Amino acid sequence: MKTHIGIQSAPLESGAPLQWLHDQGLSGAIVQFSGHVRDENGRVEALHLEHYPGMTERLLGTIVEHAEHRWPLNGAWVVHRVGTMTRGDEIVQVAVSAEHRQAAFDACSYIMDVLKTRAPFWKKELIDGRWHWVEARERDALAASAWLGDEPEHEPR
Amino acid sequence: MAITAVKNQEKGNRMIQVRFFAALRERAGREVLEMTLPDGVSTVGELVSWLEESDETLGRALAATPCRMVAVNEVLASEASDIEDGDVVALFPPVTGG
Repeated sequence: MKTHIGIQSAPLESGAPLQWLHDQGLSGAIVQFSGHVRDENGRVEALHLEHYPGMTERLLGTIVEHAEHRWPLNGAWVVHRVGTMTRGDEIVQVAVSAEHRQAAFDACSYIMDVLKTRAPFWKKELIDGRWHWVEARERDALAASAWLGDEPEHEPR
Repeated sequence: MAITAVKNQEKGNRMIQVRFFAALRERAGREVLEMTLPDGVSTVGELVSWLEESDETLGRALAATPCRMVAVNEVLASEASDIEDGDVVALFPPVTGG
């Protein structure tokens, strides 16, 4: 399986994941998730993303390895943006290719749900000229637990 | 092996690095702490208690960030995890990427 993991402060290239995963028919399915800066009804003026260099890249690789053990995949692309962004900017791209669509849908969803609750990124929002740290959401933790259960051996570290 | 450990202790060579991220880093007013692994501290939880007691600003920062995640040497861990000389212990609020 081919894997591409990246962290960058430059804007993401929107067509890159599909182009990189395209494999002349080996994969019948490519699923891509593209996350964007929400403006929260116009309140959010900018977003800043901090991360833990080194650990982030390693952990994203581990999450992809776990997905690879779980589903028959041909490729996975995970690129996350860091630094300061504005509304509408693309923050994250998760894309996977597989022979059949269900594996691709599930693995893409799994990688995204686990990334949100395990990978060391933190968001700050600029609202009314002041920066506020974003709080983690309970529903994200629940989405990840649905994949991981309570078994420590399933836990990507 | 045991002799080496004693020698290191004598040299005061039980250094660890503690890193803080995001809101906890801002509240602590610092990013990295290079320190000697204190006597009697062998887990992340014990280290956190030691930090709370030894430094007022850190104590306040940790109290203001009661929900925390932990990494030891860049691997997700818990407050029950063991720590040893040379380890890098990172403390941070729950992650919010994606």
